[in-house]
Amino acid sequence: MDEGITNLLVVGIGGLGVMTAAEILAETAISLGFDVKKTEVAGMAQRGGVVSSHVRFGKRVLSPVITQGTADFLIGFEAAESLRWVPHLRPGGVALVNDMRIVPPVVSVGLYEYPDNPVQQIRDLGVTVTAFDAGAVAQELGNAKLVNTVMLGAVADLLPFSADALKSCLLDRFRTRKPKLVALNDTAFETGRRIASSKQNR
Amino acid sequence: MLQNKLVQAPAGTRLLLSGNEATARAVWEAGARVAAAYPGTPSTEILENLAPFPDIYTEWSVNEKVSLEVAIGASLAGSRSFCAMKHVGMNVASDALMTQTLAGVVGGLVIAIADDVGFSSSQNEQDSRYWGRFGHLPILEPADSEETHAMIKSAFDLSETLNTPVIVRMTTRICHVKALVTVGSRVDRPAAGFKKDPNRWVMVPGAAKRRLPMMLARDIELLRESEASAFNRLEEGSDRRIGFITSGPAYMHVRECYPDMPVLKLGFSHPVPMERVRKLADLVERLVVVEETEPLVELELNAAKLPVPIHGKDILPATDELSPAKLLPAIGALLGEAPAEVEEPPPAVTIAPLFPRPPTMCTACPHLGVFYTLSRVRNIHISGDIGCYTLGAGQPWEALDTTISMGASMGIALGLDKGRGATDANKQIVAVIGDSTFLHMGMQGLLDITYNRGNVTIMLLDNRAVGMTGGQENPGSGRDLQGSETGRVDFPKLVEALGVRKERIRVIDPYQLPDLFKAIREEVKIPEPSVIITDQPCVLIDHYKPRTAFTVIDDKCTGCGNCLDVGCPAILVTRRGKEVKPNGKEVDLAFVKIETAACTGCDLCPKTCAPVAIVPVPESSKGCMSHG
Repeated sequence: MDEGITNLLVVGIGGLGVMTAAEILAETAISLGFDVKKTEVAGMAQRGGVVSSHVRFGKRVLSPVITQGTADFLIGFEAAESLRWVPHLRPGGVALVNDMRIVPPVVSVGLYEYPDNPVQQIRDLGVTVTAFDAGAVAQELGNAKLVNTVMLGAVADLLPFSADALKSCLLDRFRTRKPKLVALNDTAFETGRRIASSKQNR
Repeated sequence: MLQNKLVQAPAGTRLLLSGNEATARAVWEAGARVAAAYPGTPSTEILENLAPFPDIYTEWSVNEKVSLEVAIGASLAGSRSFCAMKHVGMNVASDALMTQTLAGVVGGLVIAIADDVGFSSSQNEQDSRYWGRFGHLPILEPADSEETHAMIKSAFDLSETLNTPVIVRMTTRICHVKALVTVGSRVDRPAAGFKKDPNRWVMVPGAAKRRLPMMLARDIELLRESEASAFNRLEEGSDRRIGFITSGPAYMHVRECYPDMPVLKLGFSHPVPMERVRKLADLVERLVVVEETEPLVELELNAAKLPVPIHGKDILPATDELSPAKLLPAIGALLGEAPAEVEEPPPAVTIAPLFPRPPTMCTACPHLGVFYTLSRVRNIHISGDIGCYTLGAGQPWEALDTTISMGASMGIALGLDKGRGATDANKQIVAVIGDSTFLHMGMQGLLDITYNRGNVTIMLLDNRAVGMTGGQENPGSGRDLQGSETGRVDFPKLVEALGVRKERIRVIDPYQLPDLFKAIREEVKIPEPSVIITDQPCVLIDHYKPRTAFTVIDDKCTGCGNCLDVGCPAILVTRRGKEVKPNGKEVDLAFVKIETAACTGCDLCPKTCAPVAIVPVPESSKGCMSHG
């Protein structure tokens, strides 16, 4: 039913830049002439809740929602959240995962366990996954907020549009709003891109 | 470069807009001169996006009823006017609506009501389309951002043509979905000014009674408009086994799943254009009504005695969002297709259940200390209210016993006091309410408590913002919707004026746990109304200033877990263990660390740490930390 439609599912928790990343992916698709719909479920995102953003693009997009089992790409900003959303991938779908772990208070107070190795679990399910700690990469680059730029760089060569189109959309956004951060985001994007490609070749 | 694309984009530009953004632009283009709202998910961003536009007055009102009254007043002055609210907001505003619908409008009056279908952040899931039936007024239902933009503009014309307030029913999937919209330009609509007409604007029984036949006559006009409306569209299809009747975002799901079946898309959904429905019924074997959430259209179709079977809530859920995943199996079964033939794609994989991630209070939230303390006070019942502090009902605090509606903590507390049962004899009653909720609808309840000599201790959590919806301004902020300085309400004086004795009003810093604990313990014992005001700002608002972060000295942490009861997300368990106490009792241990990058140095958790293991991060190691 999804003729020529690409489904990108971006997931994580509030504060990691999930919605901004999804917005940039949507803007890139628009710049390439696609019809786009983008939707979030983030009622209480600022309170540490789950955030998922659906980006659908193609010739004409009707429903804004990505049905379970139909996502072409899962871009996960947190390890366990990526595992949570894996069932949304279609058979053969690809996951890019930030292996950073954010443990919620319900786990800290001992009510629930955080899974030992979410990325390994995703891999064991037979899903093609590229994973690394993008949070640590962002910290090394000097700003934890770069995590979504690192993630966009990492996913850039997996998507059905050129990495350059994505990068120019991203940097245009900074040129408008925060010109001082253009160079740093360029570096973060390329760093994510390089790490992801080295992981894939392994 | 455009600094604010939504405001500055010239007519003809295509923008990726949420339904809320599209609404804001459309209200401005329609020439509206006044817009008001109280924040509420999923409608909040409408007024936030409208605020920067020129030539329109915008405000955060203290509640939805006032916002509608402001819009009504502006309409009477001849201005096109607008207000926005979440679904439950109309419960508050409806007193004004249900009479203004008799009186009618001068300048076009449009009300956007955003239904939280799917409960992303609400206490119920009521269907706002009922207000159209109840108030004899039209309901428009957009299916995406582009249609929202068109409908909002059209709604102003409709309001003036039919002399009625118009409701545009949105849902979360309209408000928060972004899609491409071609924007237009503003048409100025100067206001003619208020014209005195007591027979119309003074709704005493005699005047109101004379308006009633006019309102009923208007119903016929509404139906004529609905039958003729371009927003109601019959899309024919080759597969006539089913004819769909659908509205709102459900239309998109239907079209995506069944591109070859006829669809009557209802955009002007009340009154239902029954002639159009009959045309569809003549084409198909059966009708399926796909509507979120209540079976309103379906009931009216059932009453219309159509020649074909009608399905709806017999096969589709009457709660939560609809989606292709819900439609496909239901329709497949109706058509007698074996489940295997249904096109629902099976999930590639399934996973074992994972921990939930419920919303929680923020790192350093001033409410943390309040609920840590309340969780340690014995023999109290706590009536709560609507806001971030509703989370106090959850882990680890479990220190909030009721929540129903805005401001209800006051009346509920008084009722718990006056209606005490045998087991409540030794219980004290505490009410917890935030600043904005108190100003929205809590003040009247407090007046009722003082007037009727209730024995209630009120915790008024003044964080100077509407926290849950993202830190919007209110009369307690000292700033307005535009961020400009304005008077800040003086809460101690306000509650004193409402009848609380001065001696029973305390202002406490909620990070000072011993003070807070002492104040609550003392006030609950005094059998008269008292108010404890906490006075620290929401950590999400701009002028919150982080301080030196804390860290845990590993050797000193005894694993007692006291600090975890604060519920701060920055406190994490590093390892667990067990210890046998001298009395032979085995206790669980949880050793902790603090996520230094997240910690803002609020200094709350150190006060729970007897061995003084939580200390400020030493100066020497600060350089390697980042606050992002």
